[in-house]
Amino acid sequence: MTVAVNPTQTGEPVFYLADEHPHPEGHSTSLGFWIYLMSDCLIFAMLFAAFGVLGANYAAGPAPKDLFDLNLVAVNTSMLLLSSITYGFAMLTMQQNKIAQTQMWLLITGLFGVAFISIELTEFAHMIHEGATPQRSAFLSAFFTLVGTHGLHVSCGLIWLVTLMVQVWRFGLIEANRRRLMCLSMFWHFLDVVWIGVFTFVYLLGVLR
Amino acid sequence: MSPDLLKLIFGRLGLDSLPLHEPILVATFVMVALGGGALFAGVTYFRLWGYLWREWFTTVDHKRIGIMYMILGIVMLLRGFADALMMRAQQALAFGGSDGFLPAHHYDQVFTAHGVIMIFFVAMPLVTGLMNYVVPLQIGARDVSFPFLNNFSFWMTVGGAVLVMASLFIGEFARTGWLAYPPLSNIGYSPDVGVDYYIWALQVAGVGTTLSGINLICTIVKLRCPGMTMMKMPVFTWTALCTNILIVASFPVLTVVLALLSLDRYVGTNFFTNDFGGSPMMYVNLIWIWGHPEVYILVLPAFGIFSEVTSTFSGKRLFGYTSMVYATVVITILSYLVWLHHFFTMGSGASVNSFFGITTMIISIPTGAKMFNWLFTMYRGRIRFELPMLWTIAFMLTFVLGGMTGVLLAVPPADFVLHNSLFLIAHFHNVIIGGVVFGAFAGINYWFPKAFGFKLDPFWGKLSFWFWVTGFYMAFMPLYVLGLMGVTRRLRVFDDPSLQIWFVIAAIGAGLVFLGILSMLMQFAVSFLRREQLKDVTGDPWDARTLEWATSSPPPDYNFAFTPVVHDNDAWWDMKRRGYQRPLTGFKPIHMPSSTGTGIILAGLATAMGFGLIWYIWWLAAASFIAMLAVGIGHTFNYHRDFDIPADDVIRTEDARTKLLAGVK
Amino acid sequence: MSRFKILALLPLAVALSGCNYVVLAPAGDIAAQQRDLVIISTVLMLLIVVPVMALTVLFAWRYRQSNSSARYEPDWDHSTKLELVIWSAPLLIIVCLGALTWMGTHLLDPYRNIGRIHAERPLDQSKAPLEVDVVALDWKWLFIYPDYGIATVNDLAAPVDRPINFHITASSVMNSFYVPALAGQIYAMPGMETSLHAVINHAGTYKGFSANYSGAGFSGMHFNFHGLDDKGFDAWIAQAKSAGGSLGRAEYLQLEKPSENEPVRRYGTVDADLYRLILNMCVETGKMCQSEMMAIDAKGGLGHEGVNNTLPLAYDKYARRGTVLGPEPTFVAGTCTPDAPQGQTTAAIKAPLDTAPLLGAGLKRPTFAPLKSSSFFLGQRPKSDS
Repeated sequence: MTVAVNPTQTGEPVFYLADEHPHPEGHSTSLGFWIYLMSDCLIFAMLFAAFGVLGANYAAGPAPKDLFDLNLVAVNTSMLLLSSITYGFAMLTMQQNKIAQTQMWLLITGLFGVAFISIELTEFAHMIHEGATPQRSAFLSAFFTLVGTHGLHVSCGLIWLVTLMVQVWRFGLIEANRRRLMCLSMFWHFLDVVWIGVFTFVYLLGVLR
Repeated sequence: MSPDLLKLIFGRLGLDSLPLHEPILVATFVMVALGGGALFAGVTYFRLWGYLWREWFTTVDHKRIGIMYMILGIVMLLRGFADALMMRAQQALAFGGSDGFLPAHHYDQVFTAHGVIMIFFVAMPLVTGLMNYVVPLQIGARDVSFPFLNNFSFWMTVGGAVLVMASLFIGEFARTGWLAYPPLSNIGYSPDVGVDYYIWALQVAGVGTTLSGINLICTIVKLRCPGMTMMKMPVFTWTALCTNILIVASFPVLTVVLALLSLDRYVGTNFFTNDFGGSPMMYVNLIWIWGHPEVYILVLPAFGIFSEVTSTFSGKRLFGYTSMVYATVVITILSYLVWLHHFFTMGSGASVNSFFGITTMIISIPTGAKMFNWLFTMYRGRIRFELPMLWTIAFMLTFVLGGMTGVLLAVPPADFVLHNSLFLIAHFHNVIIGGVVFGAFAGINYWFPKAFGFKLDPFWGKLSFWFWVTGFYMAFMPLYVLGLMGVTRRLRVFDDPSLQIWFVIAAIGAGLVFLGILSMLMQFAVSFLRREQLKDVTGDPWDARTLEWATSSPPPDYNFAFTPVVHDNDAWWDMKRRGYQRPLTGFKPIHMPSSTGTGIILAGLATAMGFGLIWYIWWLAAASFIAMLAVGIGHTFNYHRDFDIPADDVIRTEDARTKLLAGVK
Repeated sequence: MSRFKILALLPLAVALSGCNYVVLAPAGDIAAQQRDLVIISTVLMLLIVVPVMALTVLFAWRYRQSNSSARYEPDWDHSTKLELVIWSAPLLIIVCLGALTWMGTHLLDPYRNIGRIHAERPLDQSKAPLEVDVVALDWKWLFIYPDYGIATVNDLAAPVDRPINFHITASSVMNSFYVPALAGQIYAMPGMETSLHAVINHAGTYKGFSANYSGAGFSGMHFNFHGLDDKGFDAWIAQAKSAGGSLGRAEYLQLEKPSENEPVRRYGTVDADLYRLILNMCVETGKMCQSEMMAIDAKGGLGHEGVNNTLPLAYDKYARRGTVLGPEPTFVAGTCTPDAPQGQTTAAIKAPLDTAPLLGAGLKRPTFAPLKSSSFFLGQRPKSDS
């Protein structure tokens, strides 16, 4: 494109492109998706801020140290971290155009994701059963909302993952599907990073407090 | 039917939700129903539904979407302004023991709805519409980065507007003020549907706004034509870029804060409650972290419009382009550091208050620099006082006043005596009307010939201008005075009879503004009827400077037959001066996105889901949600989203323009 | 035509009608200093605003298209010198204003004890400041004078030239306590306390009101503030004392129920602990006070045992209402005290107990007297009792 800007040999300025290369399909997608992720990041930032403000308001109820089972959370964290690694393998095999292996890694990623969500739901159910409901205190409201929003994102990611597996199965690793896998990859790793924040600020620091 | 079954089907919606006991609402409903019925019948009679669906509702063309945004903004302006007239009338009448004509539960809805509608469904659509229409043309692009998303964003905005309008006739709107501070907006004090309408209208519209922000950032970053470096972008595009960055960086905050409020209201969490450790102050902080950038979201594009207009109608390059750009960027950044000035009186310490007060004042430095830049653009120019320029001059004179009172309010001790007073109301109307509304009108008058191929009628335009300007001053100067008398906002009745005269003057001012709005509608009608006389075939009626004027009016679907190459920040001026010859041969097929109905369907489902949630009609909410998911996923299975405009069509279009241009000479 | 003449005369008539620009001519030293800041800042800004407006008009006129004698330089778009002026002129003004702001904000911080009685009168250390506890209720103001053991509704008084320390809170929603003649406003928020230090310099009766919209009865939520000489103030206190009634916890709970356009009420005696209980949102016996709750939270909560120390909420200001998807509303029970054994709430409160689910447009509407044609415009009508 830089060529066109310069005057032609005759010295006449060029005001339009006679031969143009249309913008390739999906030319802005990764930028757009990045910007979307940043806006999503802001959503989590606000929820972290809310947790920071309200996280110590137990309303004379239970505190993190009474509620959190760090062993369970550690297992849960490893599920999500492993799923990020397996997604990485899926992307590597995608680069090599190996559809079956890509699908297999995606499936494994999905299973880890399901495991993560199941463990999280178990944890929630256990807390609610104990009476530590989101309504009991501002701390619990903020906790359930922050962790729940992350869980909701992972669930959306799972639906997306299944959709993409169907699409790869039907249409193969065509350009559009590669782009979509790339976007989901960013989304998945982003959720991983957010979870590290949740694990550190909510669970570890909560128990320490 | 049993009550339980009724409740299952209709949630809390019942016959008593219809405001049949309110004559004002019934009359409004009858009028809207008659008007809507006539419109519906007309469209049906002329068999326009198919045309509208194919060419407008499902379009992904940024130009048509831009025009639809403008129509939405103007229609909602009528609603929002009707609210304003009612408030002015109520406050002018409710003296001497009279209760006026509006009871509290109605009046409180009116001022809430006025604020919400004017910001979200008038100012935002007008600004977004102009950006949508103009930005791709200014940067020499064929469309935005994500055309489908653009359509979807528009319909989400419409969905929000539909919910607000529905609240007029089904149930009620919030009675909390336009930012719905808890605890008042919590379920304990506002158990009705009003706040739920507020929440879901803003959530639905907010999704649209955020996505449209992402879309336009990508468009500006990725789709600029060759040669257009960042520092060669037209100023309007720069302000659009900054505005959209602000949108993306602030609307998620609104989404979160409203989500937390709805959790409080629906499941009984304790974010903003008084008991159980909740903090209403957090809501106030969070909503203003969105709310203050929102102000700049609205006014920055207006600054851009004024820059284009001043430069064009002074026949001169914009003075201090670089400092203009830096000023815009500085305002963008600083707008995040000032939110606390909206509540100095909440009891933060003196150091916190003075920090936020001083950062607020610092914003006036780049804004002042902008003002001087416009001033020195006029200096040694040849100023043509066409309508856009008139609006710009009115803006310059009005906005400095509003800016001055704004800086005054940024001094915390001064704010302690003026906060929440009518002085504050006068201030922000001074900057929003003087800045955003005048800017939108300048933009409409400026770009209308580009969009439709004929100019707007100057007589009715000038009439509208003078009504608006005098009406504005008559309506808001008395409010400054009343503020200095210590009169607070949102009051429904008054004791002190000496205040009445000021409210009467303000009401007359509002009446003049109303005449201004009517004149503007007349202006559109008359211009349409006189379109042959007002016709412009050159595509450049104002002897303008930027790229959008290089193509025909209205531009073809593909905007530019060949992608332009830019050498100067006044690209079209440069082309004209250096003897640009319009290409007449060598046309090729052009790749374009195809229309899709998915956007309007998804937005319709989102609106239905909002309605279900507002009225506790759970089956409707669940069904619409699942349908949204299905439609959304289904849409991703469509891999063929674009088509080629055949070279023959391009040749035909361009030849037609060649003939037109020859006819001129 | 005559109608237009009348319209043209309106501003004059208004100026002559002796309007009360209370913000510009207050009667208290704090408000007067705030007024001074308003005026100084305005003058500072006019230094730049007036030239800009004048230049706008001048340039617009001088460089109009028809004036071919004016210079036309279509390519002139930069001047480093001018740019420097453009940026530095506002900068200088903001530097001055910023310094003024920093000082003014700290000097006039509502939390700060006042440093002087009046521009010419220093603080008299021997005079103890007057303490007033302010509670914003739906939709009226409660003033408690702890030193005198009295309370009033919608009537406030203070002796001239004696510093006043306000402690401000609210019972349910946010309000803003504002007496323009006395000092700037400050929010009144439930479960939280803000303060205001001020002094009134001239005797007189001034308007006070809520400056933050708080619901249906907001318009009627105002009171008179009397600046009185010492004798007058003693008489005012005595008047309240002689009014007899007493304000205890049960009376307060009755009083805080939403009501509009409340007349002045006086209470000769007041529960000495009441303000603390209101502030801590535990007037209802059996409810845990915020201060206690915060102390427990600071020590890490009550653990698993704390999960179940909630009791169903039987009383609320409007009615007993929960959320549609949440559990029944509850409150945190206080730890046992002699007058409130665990689990026992005040029996005396006759509160509305409406557990019916919300339907349709909800709350009952207050009565409303619509506008009569006879009162159109300036027509006076006897004040309705609503």
